[in-house]
Amino acid sequence: MTRCRHALGLAVALAVVLVAAACGGGGDKPTEVVLVTHDSFAVSDGVKRAFETESGLRLRILASGDASEMLTTALLTAGNPQGDVLFGVDDNLLSRALEGDLFEPYESPALADVDARYVLDQEHRVTPIDHGEVCLNYDKSWFAQRGVPPPSSLEDLSRPAYEGLLVVENPATSTPGLAFLLATVAHFGERGWREYWRALRENDVLVVDGWEDAYTTRFSGASGSRGTRPIVVSYASSPPAEVYYRHPPPDEAPTAVLESSCFRQVELAGILRGARSEDGARKLIDFMLSKRFQEDIPLSMFVFPVNREAVLPPVFERYAVAPETPLELPAEQIEANREDWIDEWTRIVLR
Amino acid sequence: MDADRASLSARGLRALTYGVPLAFLGLFFLYPLAAILARGLRSDGGVASPLDVLTDPLTREVVWFTAWQAVASTVLTIAVSLPAAYVLGRYSFPGRGLVRALVVVPFVLPTVVVALAFLAILPDGIERGWAPILVAHAFFNVAVVVRVVGTFWAGLDPRVNEAAATLGAGPWRRLREVTLPLLAPSLAAAAAVVFLFSFTSFGVVLILGGPGYTTLEAEIYNQAVRIFDLRAAALLSLVQLACVAVTVWITLRLEARLAVAGHLRSERDTLRRPRTRREKAVVVASLGGLAAFLGLPLAVLVERSLAVGGGHSLEAYRALARPTSAFLATPWEAVLNSVLYASMAAVIAVVVGGLAAFAVAAPRRPRFLDGLLMLPLGASAVMLGFGFVIAFDEPPIDFRASRWIVPVVQALVAIPFVVRIVAPTLRTIDEHQREAAALLGASPVRVRREVDLPIVGRALAVGAGFAFAISLGEFGATVFLARPDNPTLPVAIFRFLGRPGELNVGQAYALAVVLMGVTVVSVYLVERMRGPGRGWI
Repeated sequence: MTRCRHALGLAVALAVVLVAAACGGGGDKPTEVVLVTHDSFAVSDGVKRAFETESGLRLRILASGDASEMLTTALLTAGNPQGDVLFGVDDNLLSRALEGDLFEPYESPALADVDARYVLDQEHRVTPIDHGEVCLNYDKSWFAQRGVPPPSSLEDLSRPAYEGLLVVENPATSTPGLAFLLATVAHFGERGWREYWRALRENDVLVVDGWEDAYTTRFSGASGSRGTRPIVVSYASSPPAEVYYRHPPPDEAPTAVLESSCFRQVELAGILRGARSEDGARKLIDFMLSKRFQEDIPLSMFVFPVNREAVLPPVFERYAVAPETPLELPAEQIEANREDWIDEWTRIVLR
Repeated sequence: MDADRASLSARGLRALTYGVPLAFLGLFFLYPLAAILARGLRSDGGVASPLDVLTDPLTREVVWFTAWQAVASTVLTIAVSLPAAYVLGRYSFPGRGLVRALVVVPFVLPTVVVALAFLAILPDGIERGWAPILVAHAFFNVAVVVRVVGTFWAGLDPRVNEAAATLGAGPWRRLREVTLPLLAPSLAAAAAVVFLFSFTSFGVVLILGGPGYTTLEAEIYNQAVRIFDLRAAALLSLVQLACVAVTVWITLRLEARLAVAGHLRSERDTLRRPRTRREKAVVVASLGGLAAFLGLPLAVLVERSLAVGGGHSLEAYRALARPTSAFLATPWEAVLNSVLYASMAAVIAVVVGGLAAFAVAAPRRPRFLDGLLMLPLGASAVMLGFGFVIAFDEPPIDFRASRWIVPVVQALVAIPFVVRIVAPTLRTIDEHQREAAALLGASPVRVRREVDLPIVGRALAVGAGFAFAISLGEFGATVFLARPDNPTLPVAIFRFLGRPGELNVGQAYALAVVLMGVTVVSVYLVERMRGPGRGWI
């Protein structure tokens, strides 16, 4: 009999704990602000603590999945959100987020220090926080050893000299893969991009599922990789990362960026409709635009700050490329055509 | 003897063994899944009518590929694992416990890491396509067969086999007519689990299959997350659920038909040292073959964790001790988080799964509970994850961001293992033993305690170890759950792997090696905890 009571007791205890855990946060005045974000979000401990000291609020970070997974969750919980601020929506996902009516408008005074070209929503439902560029990266020593000049334009990649050298991510399954497809649309236009991809296919482009596979196993320039392809779709910040995360750090970056291939992605934050701590949410957005947070962005998330006052760390100053006129597409055009382009791309390149 | 009290406690016992698992499953599986499916079916997605999705030739293609690769993966897994299951089920030798713990390692490793390791060792030309998918599925699931079948094998009375030998049956005939029929229920159980895991596989298929290979689960993910057509996703997950229900039904029929009552014996009586040179050769060859198969990809992980700074060094491991910008903690704290979560999940799984095993193993009871409990193994993890997010969003149970949500979801997948491991053992307990105990005046509860528990103690320990390991390795649905600031080991591995730079990649692989170590040590320790006289873990 005692065994039975033990088990029953355990079950009851479990139920009590679950309910207690569930009912925990029912206070009146919010003492914390909750940031809902994706798994690539990062911030230095000191910077996080600075916000908490300044605002008197505890900053809780709820990260789940990649940007699309995070957005899907946010759309499912629209109006009854899991937190106060959502960070990590980019241009590709923006229309979907706005259509889902996720955000409360908020125009941060800190936007004064931000270039207008990053402000993607004039109603300020979202606020730009950082920008990153998806660019072709190439392995400098591979080209030096063979006496082949590295590619200087997107067009080069369809030439015979560059046959079998490029590895890209599938735009249907990968964010940088999609950005590169959009880059080709922006560069070659609605008609020309199809021809270009047909030519790339002729030239033996390799398509893989995701960035990890492409960059860390197929690309010859990544440290430790046994890859054989010297050109890959990655980010403008990958060369400084190759320097920063190598032990000991080399004098020169082993990889470089093909500037004319870069496609800009702006990452945005917004106050979630139904936020428990709207005041805290505003403070958090202001803080994310502040010099302190913005200067932490490069080495935490390996993207660029939008605040023009923010000073870049030396490794970025020296090794990173921030193209002046990257390729871009209007969010509405992306939203209207995304699925069709991906379907067509699949037919052209994979079938 | 107080007859009233006896019947009361019998009813109480039944209520408990049925009620707790049913309540758990209803609240944490059926309810969230129904919530998201209803939401999806009601939403106006891109598709015109449900029939369009179901009759689309693409859907048929996906279902066909999903099914045949799962069948082939299951066959391959069993073929690769049986020699080792035999050796572990018949012989005792130094390091046996360690071998049992080591086979679990592949099972807990994140699919991305293993898929990248496979890409590194497979020769060019065959590194992508259906073949590497099958090999990777076998790699992941060896543990299921070796442990479920091996544990059951160790409980079979060797004297039956010896008697058959005395009567003149040769080794093949003994295998065919004595051993295999006795093993059949556990084989069916293991095969079903491997099938379901391969059927719902997703990361492995995308990376190793390359573009063009997709499973139902991958397509559900694509619809729900990339295209945000919840309706198509819901319809596809209904298709998947139907396939899974059929599989489970067939398995249960098979198990019921195949079960043979017999005395399960303690390992102390069944295992013996390999004596002849031939027996020793069999042990060495079986384990050596398995070691080569499992060891090669694991060796790649270890090598890559050391390949930092031109040559090889421990720099990546040293870096793990330093706080990193990738999280707000040192990576070592991820180890602690993982162990904590996995322990909570294992406790839940052993309590709920243990009770359920008693319910489903009782004679002349319908098997619906058994079947229901297996469904989470084959249901869409993507949809279940989103289901959790929308189902538990209001008081009294708004625990979307609670610490409990992760272990509860992990337990959902671990429970069927506990049931699968414990129930076949329970079923073989001879009813005569129970009746004899009852005749001698033992109450039903006492019968369970004095007759059943000592015999299933071992199986429960194995189940706990497995539940712990499953939870260490995470589970698809938890990816979509927002978690408090502290990442677990697999999450930490993903974060490092998602960043360029030598030290990040090195740390990702170093953490994978740490995960391997934590798995071996903890599974080994959990199994040690059982001992004569302790029964329960």
